[in-house]
Amino acid sequence: MSILVNRDSRLITIGLTGKQGTFHTLQSRDYGTNVVGGVTPGKGGMVHEGIPVYNSTYQAVKETEANVAMIFVPPKFAADAILESIDAGVELIVAITEGIPINDMIKVRSVLNKSNSRLIGPNCPGIITPGECKVGIMPGHIHMPGNVGVISRSGTLTYEAVYQLTQRDIGQSTCVGIGGDPVNGTSFIDCLDLFEKDKDTEAVIMIGEIGGNAETEAAKWIRDNMNKPVVSFIAGASAPAGKRMGHAGAIISGGDDTAEAKFKVLEQCGVTIVRSPAELGEKLASVL
Amino acid sequence: MNVHEYQAKRLMKDFNISVLEGGVASTPAEAVDVAKKLGGNIWVVKAQIHAGGRGKGGGVKLAKSLEEVENFAKEIIGMQLVTHQTGPEGKKVNKVLVEAGCDIEHEYYVGIVLDRDTGLTTMMASSEGGVNIEEVAHETPEKIIKASIDPATGFTPYIGRKLAFAIGLEGDAMKKCVKFLNGLYQLYISKDCSVAEINPLVVTKQGEVIALDAKLNFDESALFRHPDIAELRDPTEESAQELEAGKHGLSYISLDGNIGCLVNGAGLAMGTMDIIKIYGGEPANFLDVGGGATKETVEKAFSIILEDKNVKAILVNIFGGIMKCDIIAEGIIAAAKSLKLSVPLIVRLEGTNVSVGKKLLAESGLAITAADDLADAAKKAVEAAKGA
Repeated sequence: MSILVNRDSRLITIGLTGKQGTFHTLQSRDYGTNVVGGVTPGKGGMVHEGIPVYNSTYQAVKETEANVAMIFVPPKFAADAILESIDAGVELIVAITEGIPINDMIKVRSVLNKSNSRLIGPNCPGIITPGECKVGIMPGHIHMPGNVGVISRSGTLTYEAVYQLTQRDIGQSTCVGIGGDPVNGTSFIDCLDLFEKDKDTEAVIMIGEIGGNAETEAAKWIRDNMNKPVVSFIAGASAPAGKRMGHAGAIISGGDDTAEAKFKVLEQCGVTIVRSPAELGEKLASVL
Repeated sequence: MNVHEYQAKRLMKDFNISVLEGGVASTPAEAVDVAKKLGGNIWVVKAQIHAGGRGKGGGVKLAKSLEEVENFAKEIIGMQLVTHQTGPEGKKVNKVLVEAGCDIEHEYYVGIVLDRDTGLTTMMASSEGGVNIEEVAHETPEKIIKASIDPATGFTPYIGRKLAFAIGLEGDAMKKCVKFLNGLYQLYISKDCSVAEINPLVVTKQGEVIALDAKLNFDESALFRHPDIAELRDPTEESAQELEAGKHGLSYISLDGNIGCLVNGAGLAMGTMDIIKIYGGEPANFLDVGGGATKETVEKAFSIILEDKNVKAILVNIFGGIMKCDIIAEGIIAAAKSLKLSVPLIVRLEGTNVSVGKKLLAESGLAITAADDLADAAKKAVEAAKGA
């Protein structure tokens, strides 16, 4: 078992014919993902690297019965591509694109909240269920199938955690990069909830960062709802206090979003913390 | 991206938001000219730097004669203004804003910002303006009134009324405040601000509602659709190295330590700095080469790191995903040769194309310390920096 993607997932790539879209779609297909199509407006009808291309997401979904869309559209047009995927009824949308304007994402999130779609990202490495399905830009070979769920705001730190697990012969159920943007589609809590309900996930690694309240909220959720062990690292303990302009950000967040403050709340809520990212694998092994 | 107060106020005027009349000056003579044009017998001379806390640092003065305007302008232009947001070295002041004075009845606070929890633009107001608003938020959070705005409807007058009444405004002042908030929201959305903050917003003895100060911050990711805003960037407000890095798609922040860091991904870059500290070292910088780096950008990253003369060792930590290890290896080799690298170099590569990358480095003949994992890399870098 796993969460969100598995060997039955049917993937289309939005922005397939671009350089990055092509490279990572082929990597996903090589990994074993069932890639059923791609979308590039104006290039419908062609076959790109053996993959049928459609003019619209609607058409692609209709023809291929795709249920997962991976977005590789440049930031200017990415929000539009996500909105089209929501409107086309895609169950899971994974937005890799970095640098989407915040106001665009506020609109996307508002539409998303009223839909049946789930969005992962943007500005994220994607999601992988090892041995079954890879939707994203993560290096597939460092993963192995198993029973640890991984959730992270940071792409490369996710790889680091996964690599440490695999080195110890500890496999992963599913690894989700939720992305580093202030407005995203799927939260830590959404993933924790799915992992708690997934009978094949035995423990979870959660990797956060300084800024925002997401980790603090997740810590409280874990305390109240979670029976599986969670190991957590927060990046940025050494980061100097940012040169902020104005106070509005601090007022809205309640102020304390440092790594130290987050470590403290996590610990109080019964989460096992590591202060060095090199100890994630070792610590996870100790709670299994 | 930040802009100066005088730039923010010009934008606000374009959106019919009431601000004090004023003008910007680069010399004391210009400051006097502005004051003459404004007329009256009281003026405020305000240092134009991006950091807050200018008043406490001596960057804001009340002048009661043209002579005082000239003297304060002389004092402020060229000064190294130190506030709690500039760091101890302060910030050089190049311009002052000269504004007409006004009779303040009461000072309020209004702000617009993204609320990450709800994913919505949120408007805030408080009757406790002018003072340390973060303290107010911390000690008496009930005095900060918030209203979320649905992107489908945008600002509608009831939101303005809700806030204006809650901070104690009535009658004409309430109506003017609603108009003010509407203008500020339209500016915030149409120019893709990430922060709009007015502290204080004042009601004058004459019943006017006016912004005394203004801070606007813009979403860097949206600048592509606002060339007019991008032009407002003041390069003297940003570090030369950080700007240079940005031009090459690198994100670089200079720090006080002696271990240069070259990492891909912001999270891993922070994690690398964290682990250096855990092993007793101090990072010299944060540097994220991003996912689209080429051989040339990696070379550029090295040259930026090495401009910092405190650097005694360099730690390269790459976990390739979108970034390929062989590209990094080519960049390292090119940089080591062209920059005649003399400090110890510790390299940890993992991920996409790792074996090609490692082979390239091994065959290059360069004196590179290879590290097995993150902890090993950090230990070796800390030792190398101490030994140097």
